[in-house]
Amino acid sequence: MESHARLDLSNNRDFIAGLLFALIGVAAVVIARDYPFGTAMWMGPGYFPTVLGGVLTLFGIHLIVRGLRSAEPVRGAWGWRPLGLITLSIVLFAAAVERLGFVPALVAMLMVSALAGRDFRLKEALVLTVVMSAVAVLIFPYALKLPYALFPGVLWTY
Amino acid sequence: MDVLNHLVVGFSVAFSLENLLYCFLGVLLGTLVGVLPGVGPLVTIAMLFPITFHLPAVPALIMLAGIYYGAQYGGSTTSILVNLPGETASAVTCIDGYQMARQGRAGPALATAALASFFAGCIGTLLIVLFGPPLGEWALKFGAAEYFSLMLMGLVAAAVMAQGDPVKGLAMVVLGLLIGVAGTDVNSGTSRFTFGIPALSDGVGFTVVAVGLFAVAEIVANLESRTAHEVFTGKVRNLMPTLRDLGDSAWPAVRGTAVGAIFGVLPGTGAALSTFATYMIEKKIARDPARFGRGAIEGVAAPEAANNAAAQTAFIPMLTLGIPASATMAIMLSAMTLHGIEPGPHVMTSNPDLFWGMIASMWIGNLLLVVLNLPLVGMWVRLLRVPYRWLFPSIIMFSCIGNYGVNNNPIDIYLVALVGVVGYVLAKLECEPAPLILGYVLGPLMEEYLRRALLISRGDPTVFFTRPISLAFMTGTFFVLFIMIRPALRARMQ
Repeated sequence: MESHARLDLSNNRDFIAGLLFALIGVAAVVIARDYPFGTAMWMGPGYFPTVLGGVLTLFGIHLIVRGLRSAEPVRGAWGWRPLGLITLSIVLFAAAVERLGFVPALVAMLMVSALAGRDFRLKEALVLTVVMSAVAVLIFPYALKLPYALFPGVLWTY
Repeated sequence: MDVLNHLVVGFSVAFSLENLLYCFLGVLLGTLVGVLPGVGPLVTIAMLFPITFHLPAVPALIMLAGIYYGAQYGGSTTSILVNLPGETASAVTCIDGYQMARQGRAGPALATAALASFFAGCIGTLLIVLFGPPLGEWALKFGAAEYFSLMLMGLVAAAVMAQGDPVKGLAMVVLGLLIGVAGTDVNSGTSRFTFGIPALSDGVGFTVVAVGLFAVAEIVANLESRTAHEVFTGKVRNLMPTLRDLGDSAWPAVRGTAVGAIFGVLPGTGAALSTFATYMIEKKIARDPARFGRGAIEGVAAPEAANNAAAQTAFIPMLTLGIPASATMAIMLSAMTLHGIEPGPHVMTSNPDLFWGMIASMWIGNLLLVVLNLPLVGMWVRLLRVPYRWLFPSIIMFSCIGNYGVNNNPIDIYLVALVGVVGYVLAKLECEPAPLILGYVLGPLMEEYLRRALLISRGDPTVFFTRPISLAFMTGTFFVLFIMIRPALRARMQ
């Protein structure tokens, strides 16, 4: 049982969740050491985060122990491909919106996120990109008058 | 006749042309987005929330509330016409609703759902009017210790009663609290968990967390699963239910309303549990339980009434105590805070326009839903056939632009991506996102109340157990925790 559980650690949902919580909890306690802890009567900025980090670590350890005992696997496959592409599309928008302008950022974001779908069809994705970019430009810079450069240096002027 | 005076104030606010317009717009947009398959109410609100950001407080909250019931209503339309519940709250409606649609009775099913929801909405709104003020008055006696204990009880109950593993729920609450306290500490000015990024000194934005958890993570989860869903392709003819349908669904709707109204107030359980409970009740007392699951109209009327009643009464603890009972209420609470209104018992006296105006507009919103949506059913049916591969890039687009618009800072969009990745991984490990968002919203408040309570008691932690109201909340907290660990204890004894 024990050895079987150890083999599957990478797919053990309680173990991974516990490890994540414990790591975040310990990190929170360590970072919060830089903030004055204070006393119970005069709680410093480090007091509450330290307590929370400690509690989170305890929950994490509990889950790790339980994961080692029961070894429940993660249900279904991980969707690394959609996760990667969707994340990439958001990051591209963030990186491009001020450097290249609103429209190039939208085009990059829409095309890359469309790739994450199960059945990608190039023509459809192109049409979707054109239509949704137009909708976004009409709603945000035009109707809501948000001051976004459509292309570098090109603002909506009217 | 205090209540009548309040209602007059409320309706005079809600009936102003501007507010009516925003209520209408909210209901329409909410339904429009909520009806799209695979887009639940939470995603809808998280995505549309930034649009209301630029409005003044009263219309913004009226519109947001409209989006909320619109989305909820749209979700039940989807669950009747597509064999795919947008969220757990409409999972039960799916059972008999979709069967009715297959038998060519989609029209009566939709009409029954709408009428039952409207009835429940009216009763729910009335309950807020009746119970809101006395509860708020009682809450005026609360000091820092009481608030801290109450929040602790709410968070623990929400984590334990949420679906799935209670320990993971509690861990998610704590993680949410930690994210919530990031940013500049109001008392000392210390920057906490900002990693040297100036934009983080205001903390992680609320829209960032909501959109990352409920839009991005959920889209990835939808893209990963390969199940195809059956969509009702027929035409919806003949909306009117027969007299027999109305007779059959009247009492189930009343019972559903009662069950939903009670569950709505409880933290964490909310709408979803009430629909399951009321469905079981109807099945148990039916003369012929075998009809359930094969298109029984009671199976549509009761859960839809429960769902909507719970959606309304969930506002009671949020508006009067400042404690959100569900993730949606957490979003409403944050919206109020962002507009400079501190939710709690003082809202009723300091912002009566807002408080009573919002309640009056809830009733108007429910009415608009019935008047608007039944004639528009044809349009919703067409929207249902929009393939998901067109929808999700559009949702991502609105999420990105919406978050960029809050501070015009790209860092918020990077954070959305980060929260999305973390949210997806946690969801995959079966950690529910709802407790996290509740913790996130209450984090700064809890720290402040803890600080004040301990300052007043000179650092003595027994203050939470010596004040009677606080003691009651603490007892409630331990009771909930006891229920949680009881199965484990019993297993160990044997």
